[in-house]
Amino acid sequence: MKAAEAPFEFVTVSYLTRIGNQSAGALAELLTGLEHCSDASIFHHTFQTLGSHHFLTEGFSNDFAQWALSDTNRNDLAEQLAALDIRDYVSIAALRSDLCRVVGDYCAAYPHFANQSALKRFYFCESVEVTAPLGRNAQTLDEFREGIEHLSHSGFYFHFISSRLRLQLQTNDFSHWLADGLGLKSLAESVNQIDIYTNTLDSTRAKLLRLIDRERRKA
Amino acid sequence: MSETLALSRIPLDEYAELLGAGEIEELRALAKPLRGRSIEMINSTAVGGGVAEILNRLVPLGEELELNIKWDVMMGGEDFFEVTKSFHNALHGAPYHASPKDFEIFLAYNERNRATLPFDAEFVVIHDPQPAGLIQTRQPGANHWVWRCHIDLSRPNRAVWDFLEKFVSRYDGAMFSSPEFSRQLPIPQYLFYPAIDPLSEKNCALEPQFISQVLGRYQIDPQRAILTQISRFDRLKDPVGVIRAYRIVKRYFDCQLVLAGGSASDDPEGAVVLKEVLREADSDPDIKVLELPAWAPLEVNALQRASTVVVQKSLREGFGLTVSEALWKKKPVVASAVGGIPIQIIHKHTGLLAHSIEGTAYQIRFLLSHPEIAAKLGEQGHQHVKENFLITQKLKRYLTLFLTLAKNP
Repeated sequence: MKAAEAPFEFVTVSYLTRIGNQSAGALAELLTGLEHCSDASIFHHTFQTLGSHHFLTEGFSNDFAQWALSDTNRNDLAEQLAALDIRDYVSIAALRSDLCRVVGDYCAAYPHFANQSALKRFYFCESVEVTAPLGRNAQTLDEFREGIEHLSHSGFYFHFISSRLRLQLQTNDFSHWLADGLGLKSLAESVNQIDIYTNTLDSTRAKLLRLIDRERRKA
Repeated sequence: MSETLALSRIPLDEYAELLGAGEIEELRALAKPLRGRSIEMINSTAVGGGVAEILNRLVPLGEELELNIKWDVMMGGEDFFEVTKSFHNALHGAPYHASPKDFEIFLAYNERNRATLPFDAEFVVIHDPQPAGLIQTRQPGANHWVWRCHIDLSRPNRAVWDFLEKFVSRYDGAMFSSPEFSRQLPIPQYLFYPAIDPLSEKNCALEPQFISQVLGRYQIDPQRAILTQISRFDRLKDPVGVIRAYRIVKRYFDCQLVLAGGSASDDPEGAVVLKEVLREADSDPDIKVLELPAWAPLEVNALQRASTVVVQKSLREGFGLTVSEALWKKKPVVASAVGGIPIQIIHKHTGLLAHSIEGTAYQIRFLLSHPEIAAKLGEQGHQHVKENFLITQKLKRYLTLFLTLAKNP
């Protein structure tokens, strides 16, 4: 079995939510908040919330979309915000820009809704990230499978979802290592195609393990 | 600890059976850099109340992770606890005219405890307003102090908050149960959800036979739909509103209503509310008003597990952990959108929110008409609690906080 020169190092992550001093009581205020909040806040309400709500596989995408739906009753705006797929972004700046464009366009098109009071305010929060090595490495596909099987939800999220920002590539840690470390480009691509919006972290993991098992059977 | 307390010890490995070995391995990995480092938790009561209940579980788990963690309880006389109870209610928004004498009593007891408690840990966690003044002991740069506030400070009594804010602003950080409960402060504020223990008597798995026995004891028919609200007899929990919602539901569904709360015998206000509830129930044999003993966790557990729909129709709420308890048991929940409830009930994802008696009745009818949707909401609610509101998640948050503070000497 092929062994990679550089091992895959399994890491886990934990987030502390820092409550910001900004909040929004209407769509126009949400837009101002989006323009001025920190990168850590955009990350928190998009990337991180997907991890902490992974078990919702229908209609939950990010906190902004959920607020537009449940607290301002703007289904059309919610749909547009939910359609922003974090897999398309390798920088927070680009994601922020699109969030502002969607909300800004909506406020311009429907100015009477822009200042309408929401049922509940939106509070901008930030993620404070702490990572910890799990002390487990993989050099072969078997060891890699074993590591993934025992990874916590947070660890899986860190390697599969938030890694896109770290790598600045439209891929994830697992696919990156499979392609670069083991030369398994086709497997890497299949893994990267697993839909994180319609799968839970557990079902994503199960699909990934099935793909690995199929590859192992080929060997 | 300054008092001899029997801490509730459940090994972490028992949680692994429920949550997965990876989750426990993660706790151990996060705790590794904190091994042997000292943490002091300080609150004002050793028994009774949610804070003591949580520390009773949290401290032994921290010890198992090899943290040098201790729990100290500040001492106070009757006069101190009378003042701090008034402060507590005033911070929740109740009318209160604080006198200079009240502030003097508060300061005197904090001063007295400053002389007796150690404060020598690297991380000092002060719980709630009672011991907030202990921060005056802190030597600059000596250690990290954080304040955990379990109270909703969104509409505090101005005089009491102005007095407390002087102390709170001197901490390295403050933790609140909801962003709505926080204040504009010059220090970092963090979101710390309350938590339930999945292995406690109130939440552990039960034998079906035991659940049947409990239903039999209270003459509840397991073959018909059971709507349940568990909460003390308090107007803010709106038990009368729950009965009115039940009556609307009853026009369409053959159902029973269980209103279960602690005994009202030593609570004059509770006794008045209980009378109002009984009057509203009007001897309806399908309404069971249960005064449970002060601590009947297994019975509460059984009633929640036997329920078809769990209701929490509060008019105001702190965090409302009874919602998490029901969700953990995979029960569909209809609850008011107040306090911390919308954090637990993501509308149409982990339960249904309502804003009125009629709305509550409609959502219950919807769930009774669509058991498959009710089951899905219950399942997703369970996952939500698993990810966010369990004691192990709370421990993880503390570890993350200590690691974050340690990076900022």
